[in-house]
Amino acid sequence: MSATANLAPMAPGTDEATVTPLVRLANVQKSFGAVKVLDGVSFEVERGEVAVIIGQSGSGKSTALRCIDALEKFEQGTIHVCGHAVHDKDLDRRALRRDVGIVFQSYNLFPHLTVEQNIMLAPTCVKSMRKAEARELARTALARVGLADKATQYPEQLSGGQQQRVAIARSLAMMPKVMLFDEVTSALDPQLTAEVLKVMEGLARDGMTMILVTHEMGFARKVASKIIYMYRGKVWESGPASMLDQPQTKELSMFVGTGLK
Amino acid sequence: MGTFSSTHFLFLAVAALWTVALTAIAFIGGGLAGFAVALARISGNRILRGIAIVYIQIIQGTPLLILLFLIYFGVAVIGFKTVPALLAAGVGLTVYSSGFLAEIWRGCIQAVPKTQWEAAECLALTRWQRMTRVILPQALRMATAPTVGFLVQIVKNTSLASVVGFVELAQAGKLINNSIFEPFTIFIVVAGFYFAICYPLSLWSRSLERKLNVSHR
Ligand SMILES: Nc1ncnc2c1ncn2[C@@H]1O[C@H](COP(=O)(O)OP(=O)(O)OP(=O)(O)O)[C@@H](O)[C@H]1O
Ligand SMILES: [Mg+2]
Repeated sequence: MSATANLAPMAPGTDEATVTPLVRLANVQKSFGAVKVLDGVSFEVERGEVAVIIGQSGSGKSTALRCIDALEKFEQGTIHVCGHAVHDKDLDRRALRRDVGIVFQSYNLFPHLTVEQNIMLAPTCVKSMRKAEARELARTALARVGLADKATQYPEQLSGGQQQRVAIARSLAMMPKVMLFDEVTSALDPQLTAEVLKVMEGLARDGMTMILVTHEMGFARKVASKIIYMYRGKVWESGPASMLDQPQTKELSMFVGTGLK
Repeated sequence: MGTFSSTHFLFLAVAALWTVALTAIAFIGGGLAGFAVALARISGNRILRGIAIVYIQIIQGTPLLILLFLIYFGVAVIGFKTVPALLAAGVGLTVYSSGFLAEIWRGCIQAVPKTQWEAAECLALTRWQRMTRVILPQALRMATAPTVGFLVQIVKNTSLASVVGFVELAQAGKLINNSIFEPFTIFIVVAGFYFAICYPLSLWSRSLERKLNVSHR
């Protein structure tokens, strides 16, 4: 865990008590009925780090991400995100979500709104931003994901890759301190996947703190400052990207062996 | 005695207006009440949800005719001497419509994928904002066609209001027939009026459905 370098400078305006690490899970336990899905998960993500969670289907990767954004309750353990105590009964969920952006495999754009309106909705609703200002912000966010020309289209008029990039732009427009990505390219063909990965690579380069779940091992090697390998609800191994080349456990070794595409 | 005249026609035309008025009352009143019931039906509060379920079940399980009788005579039992026919019919049809519109709209709201709620939640929108800015606009698209379809049902069901003494289109036809006994002519004209009210609604419903299917989802 110590092997990871802090890639990004301190982002301005993020000075409060959220000294590193930005995200910390400690002994998180979560069951669905009788099935233990997270069995004592602990990891930390520093500001500017790109943590990549890998692991077999059903190992609890999505559940871990969802717990971080308070979309799932968990029975035990603590999660701190940007100064919010997610395990706390009195958690201010909306405050948490202003600091955390999340993008899902199924883009979940709002079909009744144009691309631009999709992005403007949260800034105008949540931050009471004026329309003109929000539109400006939307254009900037769209330019960042390479879709400046699609502002007035509806989601259904876009390809899957474009929709996913709009979803990323929509999250970015809220200026989150951490971005979570759950297999955002799994529904896309290789070419569209590349478009989306390029955007995420750009974010990583700009110093965005990210936690992402992916099956794209090549991409994981390229962007990860830390790899978290999950196995049966546990963090089985974690370390810098180089750990993929020298797996310490036979589970990871098998996963890397079969998981490489 | 006599034959069907322009006076009779005028009498039917006025009654047709009352049918439209009664429909409007039932639709607006039933729409407001039905929307509230639909929200209660999907609320997080178990008691509220239970009340809404029971309400919908009772309304949908009771013939409109009985509902009208209950209101007309029920109010009399409580102590009021007479209930104005318009009031009794208006309340009866409102209650009736609310039970059905609530269920139509609940279905449409719940047909919006849960992931839409979640996406809105993750953007820090309040529950109210999620509902009004994300869910309802989508539910509205789905609801338009069945709602207009139900509006046509209300138009036709207003004919039952005659049982509480309200003179709407069907009742007006009956009254004229009692005096001149030309049932065929009279009820053809009555049917014509109903058709003139309902057909544009059906057309509208169908065009809406087509439009909404083509455009965004
Ligand atoms: N809402 C739910 N109700 C019941 N069980 C669930 C629920 N969500 C997930 N699970 C179960 O929890 C386990 C972990 O699921 P999770 O989605 O976190 O896995 P994952 O690592 O993301 O897998 P994948 O790579 O397939 O996305 C699985 O066994 C899954 O069946
Ligand atoms: Mg998953």
